[in-house]
Amino acid sequence: MTDRYQTFTRTPLGKTLVKNLGLPDPLPLPRWTEGAPVIDGPVVFGAIGETDAGKAVQALLRDIGAAFSTATEGVASSEIRPKALVFDATGAASTADLTSLQRFFSPLVRQLAPAGRVIVVGRTPELASSAEQQVAQRALEGFTRSLAKEVKRGATVNLVYVAPDAHEQLDSTLRFFLSPKSAYVDGQVARIGTGPLVSNDPARPLSGRVALVTGAARGIGASIAGTLARDGATVIGVDVPQNADPLRKVISRIGGTELLLDVTAVDAAQRIAAHAQEQHGGLDIVVHNAGITRDRRLVNMRTDAWDAVLDVNLRAPERITKHLVDSGALRDGGSIIGVSSMAGIAGNNGQTNYATSKAGVIGLVQALAPVLAERQIRINAVAPGFIETEMTAKIPFAIREVGRRINSLQQGGLPIDVAETIAWFADPASAGVTGNVVRVCGQSMLGA
Amino acid sequence: MTETRKVAVVAGNRIPFARQDKTYRHASNSDMLTAALNGLVDRAGLGGQEVGEVVAGAVLKHARDWNMVREVVLGSKLAPTTPAYDIQQACGTGLEAAILVGNKIALGQIDAGIAGGVDTASDAPVAVNDRLRNILLDLNRAKTYPDRLKVLARVRPKDVVPEIPRNAEPRTRKSMGEHAALTALEWGIGREAQDELAYRSHVNLAKSYDRGFQDDLITPYLGLEKDQNLRPDTTLEKLAKLKPVFGKGETATMTAGNSTPLTDGASTVLLSTDEWAEQHGLRPLAYLTHSQTAAVDYVKGAEGLLMAPAYAVPRMLQRAGLTLQDFDYYEIHEAFASQVLSTLKAWEDPIFCKERLGLDAPLGEIDRDKLNVNGSSLAAGHPFAATGGRIVAALAKQLDENGGGRGLISICAAGGQGVVAILEK
Repeated sequence: MTDRYQTFTRTPLGKTLVKNLGLPDPLPLPRWTEGAPVIDGPVVFGAIGETDAGKAVQALLRDIGAAFSTATEGVASSEIRPKALVFDATGAASTADLTSLQRFFSPLVRQLAPAGRVIVVGRTPELASSAEQQVAQRALEGFTRSLAKEVKRGATVNLVYVAPDAHEQLDSTLRFFLSPKSAYVDGQVARIGTGPLVSNDPARPLSGRVALVTGAARGIGASIAGTLARDGATVIGVDVPQNADPLRKVISRIGGTELLLDVTAVDAAQRIAAHAQEQHGGLDIVVHNAGITRDRRLVNMRTDAWDAVLDVNLRAPERITKHLVDSGALRDGGSIIGVSSMAGIAGNNGQTNYATSKAGVIGLVQALAPVLAERQIRINAVAPGFIETEMTAKIPFAIREVGRRINSLQQGGLPIDVAETIAWFADPASAGVTGNVVRVCGQSMLGA
Repeated sequence: MTETRKVAVVAGNRIPFARQDKTYRHASNSDMLTAALNGLVDRAGLGGQEVGEVVAGAVLKHARDWNMVREVVLGSKLAPTTPAYDIQQACGTGLEAAILVGNKIALGQIDAGIAGGVDTASDAPVAVNDRLRNILLDLNRAKTYPDRLKVLARVRPKDVVPEIPRNAEPRTRKSMGEHAALTALEWGIGREAQDELAYRSHVNLAKSYDRGFQDDLITPYLGLEKDQNLRPDTTLEKLAKLKPVFGKGETATMTAGNSTPLTDGASTVLLSTDEWAEQHGLRPLAYLTHSQTAAVDYVKGAEGLLMAPAYAVPRMLQRAGLTLQDFDYYEIHEAFASQVLSTLKAWEDPIFCKERLGLDAPLGEIDRDKLNVNGSSLAAGHPFAATGGRIVAALAKQLDENGGGRGLISICAAGGQGVVAILEK
């Protein structure tokens, strides 16, 4: 689905009109391509004091070969066009330290390159060592979410909360937020806890891993399957028999195996476990992507429409997860990823069934994260906003146009944006990332 | 409750099955069923006699045929005092008719009865569409000329488009073949295995004709002496060349060769007690000992449309105290080669047997050399309601010829149903 308005804004006439009428001016977001560096421009790093987290950030910046300078206070300069501003605020012990945010960012924000990245690293407020620190750390969220709305031209602002002693877990998350892989993730908060240190090849982080993707035949699912395969995983693509042909095409392109079944079948979980164990010796990554909509206002909601949506979107992931975990088919150190939705957070007219199921996915993440941690299995969810797919292409023009524009990036996301976020969750190096629900919505105004 | 009586299959007769719109294109269901019934009456020497009951049915039936079987009896060589009734359970009709007759015999309500089935895909009922039907009914209700004219004025050109029956499930709007194609994908049933099964069906049916096995099971009709669909000279190479007709793209495997064609035909079976048979100079070929039906919820996609026999058989086995391997013959109706193979694979699958059937161990494999030894629907064709009678008669004869043994009958039916039975001698 092409965004005709966006294409138009790139024409000479479009440019003039957009400028003079103050129309939305969505910059086409660059996406990551294989072999590209994590970030292709200079980084300015700032901090409140010297901290472990700050050291970890700087080590990573060196690791990825980013040209970076450090500054406690930003300096307005027309010479540098930083591609990213990274600020370590874990040192903020009280609200007095919040001054640093303004001092550092105010002069620099204007310099930020198109599709630039702003990352603030903070201490998980609930785990702060004092009440004063907790207040200061919690305050960061208001800052990043607002700045996300202010920065223009495809730039994003995200907050990474890191638990005490978890600074060594920052790498995979910073790589994600610095790179174009997070193009459509904006105004979000990621939480990083402690976990085993996993060193893997960032070019192929999923090498040797087996990943299950439900609903893999088309749309976002096909993109997820392709992205996990690109990162080195062997993919088991699951879809209903009706989609056998598109699924075959996906799997023959990326390798792996196909499994045709309805995730709501009573024996779906057992079949998946048996297939994974027989064909691949087990599973490491589970992506519950299969989902359906049956939109109706509740007054007109038919029982079968209600049931079908809950069965596919919520009960199936719940049951399959339980069986894969209990049977041991999902190996220790594995990663489960649910697909929630903006509707599950904000609610949506005509989607009581869908939003119930998608909010339930968030519940699944929150309920299971602490339990599964014992086996170092992680569970997270993405919550996509307006993503350009065959499904959104069917939305009536006016509603679609509104859906696309009412976010900070003023455009719809692409399936790859959801897939990249999932790949970050799937990465074994994200061992400290669990219990997160990250929106891939360009900071939509809905449910923000 | 009194002791039930043994139910013997004593004779069977059918007319050769014809492909749609060929030899039987102008024959009605009644014509064909009468021909099959008269052939049975002649063979069993029952001319002018009364039997306890005649039970039969047709899947595609004209509205005027509401009392078809009784009308057929009246036009047949049986005594006009023979009662009859119509039933319909899609492709399970013929076998269900035999079960119903058998049950009355077992309970002592009748001593002998005839079960049958007939279907025509050529002389199919064509109905006026619902709108026109309502207009015509209103016209009938109108009392005055002006009122009638007013009603007639409602007729629009589109109203003359008739409703032709489709071989599709009303709730999913998918044809049976499209449903079977999904099940085939789910069970990973490949093209080669399907063609192989179809090939064996043709070879086995051809052999049965060659050795004269069909001679006393068939009465020629309208010049046709053998099933028109039978291709004795077909080869795996020829079958492999056919293009898929159900499903799409490179995953499609179901062709006209490994799916049954639409067919016209009729069949009948005579069942009775041992005593009745003896009194009439007949002898039991085999006994109908067990039966079972089952249905699956295919509408939501929880189970394949044609998978109900996979549920019915284990329930029947449990009641009979038998295992799947305790049979000398297996008659699994071949609606589609893929449906037979999906059923067999399901019975071998530990997950299916545990999670869907609630069994601790899978039912296991069957000896394929015992499957459809005289051919089945892929070769003979499948006039829906006539298939049950064909199978019951042929299996009974095969058991008799074998000097005894046990045979399993499994028939899948539209609406997600399955009818299964055991014949023993």
